Amino acid sequence: MSGEPKEARADADTETAPTEVETGADAVVRALENAGVEHLFGVQGGAIMPVYDALYDGAMSHVTMAHEQGAAHAADAYGVVSGEPGVCMATSGPGATNLVTGLADANMDSDPVVALTGQVPTDFVGSDAFQETDTVGVTGPITKANFFADDADAVGGDVGTAVALAEAGRQGPTLVDLPKDVTNGAAAEAPGEPQTPSTYRPPETADPEAVAEATDVLAAADRPVILAGGGVVKAEACEELRSFATDHEIPVITTMPAIGAFPEDHELSLEWAGMHGTGYANMAITMTDCMLAVGTRFDDRLTGGVETFAPDAEIIHVDIDPAEISKNVEADYPLLGDAAAVFEQIAAAMPRSPSADAWREQCRAWKEEYPMDYAAPEDDPVKPQYVVEAFDDATPDDTVVTSGVGQHQMWASQYWTFTEPRTWVSSHGLGTMGYGLPAAIGARIAADDDRSVVCFDGDGSFLMTCQELSVAVREDLDLTVVVLNNAAVGMVRQWQDAFFEERHVASEYPWVPEFDTLAEAFGARGFRIESYEEVESVVAEALAYDGPSVVDVHIDPEENVYPMVPSGGDNGRFALSEDQL
Amino acid sequence: MSRNQDTRRDGLEGPPPEERQRPVGRRNGQGIRVDPEVEADHEPRRTTISAYVADEPGVLASVSGLFHRRQFNIESLTVGPTQNDGYSRITLVVEEPDPGIDQAKKQLRKLLPVVHVRELDADPVACELVILKIDGDEPDKVQAITEMYNGETLDAGPETITVQITGDEGKIDDALDAYAQFGIREIARTGQAALARGATETARVDETHT
Repeated sequence: MSGEPKEARADADTETAPTEVETGADAVVRALENAGVEHLFGVQGGAIMPVYDALYDGAMSHVTMAHEQGAAHAADAYGVVSGEPGVCMATSGPGATNLVTGLADANMDSDPVVALTGQVPTDFVGSDAFQETDTVGVTGPITKANFFADDADAVGGDVGTAVALAEAGRQGPTLVDLPKDVTNGAAAEAPGEPQTPSTYRPPETADPEAVAEATDVLAAADRPVILAGGGVVKAEACEELRSFATDHEIPVITTMPAIGAFPEDHELSLEWAGMHGTGYANMAITMTDCMLAVGTRFDDRLTGGVETFAPDAEIIHVDIDPAEISKNVEADYPLLGDAAAVFEQIAAAMPRSPSADAWREQCRAWKEEYPMDYAAPEDDPVKPQYVVEAFDDATPDDTVVTSGVGQHQMWASQYWTFTEPRTWVSSHGLGTMGYGLPAAIGARIAADDDRSVVCFDGDGSFLMTCQELSVAVREDLDLTVVVLNNAAVGMVRQWQDAFFEERHVASEYPWVPEFDTLAEAFGARGFRIESYEEVESVVAEALAYDGPSVVDVHIDPEENVYPMVPSGGDNGRFALSEDQL
Repeated sequence: MSRNQDTRRDGLEGPPPEERQRPVGRRNGQGIRVDPEVEADHEPRRTTISAYVADEPGVLASVSGLFHRRQFNIESLTVGPTQNDGYSRITLVVEEPDPGIDQAKKQLRKLLPVVHVRELDADPVACELVILKIDGDEPDKVQAITEMYNGETLDAGPETITVQITGDEGKIDDALDAYAQFGIREIARTGQAALARGATETARVDETHT
């Protein structure tokens, strides 16, 4: 974008940057710089051109994506890995509507994302002008907040507010719609530091009396568990979680978005619960008598039917969003506040550790009774779980794993052992197929150069956004896409087998592209695995390649994901195979 | 240590569902722990929620969109300016079980232009207005009922009489019943506006939002 970004950055560092701005677009860029934004993901187009033009002399880097959905997912993953808001840009009309899936995804997972969309000039708004869409109307239900910037003098402030809101309190996506006359218009003064609006007051620490009551209950529990949700990662509370759990020897279950919040190889870890969670996590979450649930919204994929969810448990629910308290599952002891701050309050107030030797022994027994395992015949085709483990074995602990949505996502999250937060990047609440590759691009930009980025994808999921491979090649991004290829939308087919009498409608592909050849056509490296004996060498070669690569793994097409709790079912009655459904 | 180095395995093992430990408790469909022997879903109740909001474009759409997409059952919604420039009061009458009312208030509070939300006590000072167009065949009898309900005749002609009645919901329902005998042609009804009774504040608002 800019010819000399380094020089511009040095300029900013020495505080000799001009304090004035000329246009609304300058104010937008200045507001992003004030907020510390370094990377943008987007696609050019008519109504957003003034903002792009204002980037010309700036220090921010911009990754031009193939499709705006990719820009939103890349920004989302950037936000997950870095902890800073990811920023995406698109023009009006189709540019903005193409962001919608990514924004809805970020909204469901409370990921910090800021979207800047071009809009037709204010005089044309409402006239069905070329590339006009009511972007604020369309994105209202799927953003934390959105703004129509109708004033060049205020637009910088609007952008600052959007960035501040995306990362404050319960994080989430925000959007600023930028009419072209506003970004082209003269702006009187430069925006100040980003600020949240005066009506936005997220709770910080919990009521001490409520903390005292809750800790008394937890200390008295016979069968305590900690359920760590994505809010633990968002609040940077993983250290607090770890010390609290280990100090009091309380078993830890995570939700899927919180994978990595607590090391899965720790003896207190039961890994993650829910529809395809481990048997031991689902037994513990069913039999517990006291659950300390932190930063979770009790999604139905976690709870199964609420009637049978932790029905013996007193629930202590820590959350920063009051609306999550007793939304899906009643909280007996609600504690409002930031997860890290409330963990410190709880740790300080805890009168003693629960006497839970028998319970811990029971949890250990469940781990032995219900080991995560898969049938591994010596004959090909290759089992997908084996491939996941092979990549895990060949990469360091800080490797970032992204995924699409479907069976491959479940195998990746079940059979990869996550030990660090912000290493698992996926689409949880919305379940967006195609998330994996653009997410890998955003993760690659966010992660330090010495870390590895691996995307597990399915053939169906990969085909939804594989055009973003062109971006990975253009930007020379070192990442490895592993397509667990069963020539089917496997999760749909699994449900058809289980719940639709094996009537396979629109779930099997009679033909899929050769993904390795496709990768080469994009300018990436392509690899293929068709037998067990190829796994080790191809894994090593693909990871060693310094650039984007795609490994097309022809997996056993008959393999399905278990354990499984059917939708709305009882977690404690998870099926180990189809005949138990 | 990877399972990759293990030898052959048969897949997932463990006791089948019917042989596992079972919890003793149960929750209802609203996630509330209940006596497993009793069905105890909460009954809906009608209540008035008052929101003090910044008067920004789209605020009404945000509120109505929220109630629609979260399936909160809304009986009426009114909006109008307050004594403070730039701020409006939205009065919502909703019918929901307690958890739904609680959710509605909390979700409403999350909308940025919303400064303050509260549920009014069971007996708020509440009023609505109805305009009715009635057949004009019996003007004297219509006038008598209008006086009985402290209403006002807005328009009278050979064919129709149009009156307005103000009051709480029950009074208006009663008046409508009384007029029904003459033949009601059209009704326009505003929905409820309400304030907290006595010295109780309807909205707690600091100086930044007045």
